[in-house]
Amino acid sequence: MGNRITTTLEALRQQGRKALVTYIVNGDPVPQATLVTMHAMVDAGVDIIELGVPFSDPMAEGPVIALGHERALANKTSLRSTLALVKQFRETNSTTPVVLMGYANPVERMGYAAFATQAQAAGVDGLLTVDLPPEEAEELNAELKAVGIENIFLLAPTTTDARASHIVSLAGGFLYYVSLKGVTGAGHLDVGSVATKLGHLRQLTSLPICVGFGIKDAESAKAIAASADGAVVGSLLVGRMGQLAGESAETIAAAVVELIKPIRAGLDELSG
Amino acid sequence: MSEVKQSAAVDYSQFPDARGHFGQYGGRFVSETLMPALDELEQMYNRLKDDPDFQQEFDRDLAHYVGRPSPLYYAERWSERLGGARIYLKREDLNHTGAHKVNNTIGQALLAKYSGKTRIIAETGAGQHGVASATVAARLGLKCEVYMGAEDVKRQSLNVYRMKLLGATVHAVESGSKTLKDAMNEAMRDWVTNVDDTFYIIGTVAGPHPYPQLVRDFQCVIGREAREQCLQQTGRLPDALVACVGGGSNAIGLFHPFLTDESVQIYGVEAGGYGVETGKHAAPLNDGIPGVLHGNRTYLMEDEDGQIIETHSVSAGLDYPGVGPEHAWLKDIGRANYVAINDDEAMEAFRTLTRVEGIMPALESSHALAYAAKLAPTMDKDQIIIVNLSGRGDKDILTVAAIDGIEV
Repeated sequence: MGNRITTTLEALRQQGRKALVTYIVNGDPVPQATLVTMHAMVDAGVDIIELGVPFSDPMAEGPVIALGHERALANKTSLRSTLALVKQFRETNSTTPVVLMGYANPVERMGYAAFATQAQAAGVDGLLTVDLPPEEAEELNAELKAVGIENIFLLAPTTTDARASHIVSLAGGFLYYVSLKGVTGAGHLDVGSVATKLGHLRQLTSLPICVGFGIKDAESAKAIAASADGAVVGSLLVGRMGQLAGESAETIAAAVVELIKPIRAGLDELSG
Repeated sequence: MSEVKQSAAVDYSQFPDARGHFGQYGGRFVSETLMPALDELEQMYNRLKDDPDFQQEFDRDLAHYVGRPSPLYYAERWSERLGGARIYLKREDLNHTGAHKVNNTIGQALLAKYSGKTRIIAETGAGQHGVASATVAARLGLKCEVYMGAEDVKRQSLNVYRMKLLGATVHAVESGSKTLKDAMNEAMRDWVTNVDDTFYIIGTVAGPHPYPQLVRDFQCVIGREAREQCLQQTGRLPDALVACVGGGSNAIGLFHPFLTDESVQIYGVEAGGYGVETGKHAAPLNDGIPGVLHGNRTYLMEDEDGQIIETHSVSAGLDYPGVGPEHAWLKDIGRANYVAINDDEAMEAFRTLTRVEGIMPALESSHALAYAAKLAPTMDKDQIIIVNLSGRGDKDILTVAAIDGIEV
């Protein structure tokens, strides 16, 4: 098993630690900020980076991340430039898993086989396509499997048992549990119901489960991660980065690190 | 020629397949949160569509509330001027609320009622679907919220006010190009947040399965009536059908009951905007490629990176970068032809029909009329064209006046 996602999550499990997964959008708020921020996040204790591939119609995103996509597109960011960026990241980091997160159409336009080959060559470890449920993912799954890239699937509060069983049978790397009915960055997180649902999902799968949507600070990350293997933080970072569009890459990265530190510390209080 | 032959052998009643596909098009491309809601809707629809009580209730509403059947009118004076085929207009403009949209909202409102959901949401471009949704919501006493691009709110202010009078809340969507596609994004975001109590009434034959199927089924009353009326009035089938295509609901409603009539030529008319060659248009079937947007795979207007590009049409109802998946499929198998009409050609048809027949068409429908005006002179006088006059033009008066430089 050469995949960095599995290696990383397995090592964390053995250490009794929770995974911190962070999401930023490539090219947001300025193109030069992304690479610097990725390295800074790793230094600050981020375990897995979800790199957003901007799309013109990000239907699952709340206003904060949707604006991040708009800024990135205004900076001419594309799936191709995102693959180039991952390649650059890999020049000095060969261990931190990178999951691309986005929408089906840019991948569709590149072609599934071409995407798989180029993503593998760039050093991508996983792909999460928000609008590609398992029913429509067969062809892409096969291409990703052939090159050892994990297809990360979403599970939601609305997912029935029958669907969940089917999804976990196809999933690799980890499962991404959407904590609430809503868009990214929504404000109605219910920790109790997440814990209940996760307990239920654990009976269906031994794959690690990371939880995202609506995690805003150390407190909510810690509360969620008590029942999960990891917490995903996105809107919090993208919102801050958007405020710093006129600043240097280093300033932007430093601001992101400031937000991450307490969350890392909070998660580590759960260790053991 | 082999393509046409192939289409003749197709059993159109078998599409979409069980997973919502029309060939490679259609399907269900949404986030996981919505998948169970779509499964539920599909199961409910499959149960109700063959339920005689449901069908009777639908037919009764269409007859007594919408005013169906709508007339098939021989536009004799206009036909004679054009000097070719006889043109018949399917008068969907005479429906309650002024367009074909209400056929679908009546049907989906019944589904909402049966599902027990208490809140309706809808997206709208020209506002006709928003008005039709607000109308059925008012009648059922349901809360209704309509998403409309900020650009469209401006150019269709009369319809915005109509929706408000009907008790709906209208949200002006400021993201992206501020038109129909952005309204649809926002409606999807609302639905994913409020999926437990909300029924999403999609206004066209696009979106995730089963929407393209159920909207088509509700709109097929147009073609069934037109076929019967044409046989009654002329003793024969038409030679050609013409309808405008944005998402394509009025077009599929007219076309579908004729698909197996091989002698009937079918023309879907897209919005050519400033001209297909300028790139500033809304004609994905003429100048797009297959991709995934808003829950289905279909022809799209996109750039080389797969980003959806901004469209242009004088008519808000056609200003959309995608198209219903069944049209994409009918194009590929060669059963229907998809052409484009530019803004100025549509404007000319708007003026002509108003002056010559005393019927003021919607700018959307004017695209179909403009193509019929090109087609008719190439045909014989004993041939017949049916044009779907999908909506009335009252809502467009301010747009037309602005083009004329007149302040109303």
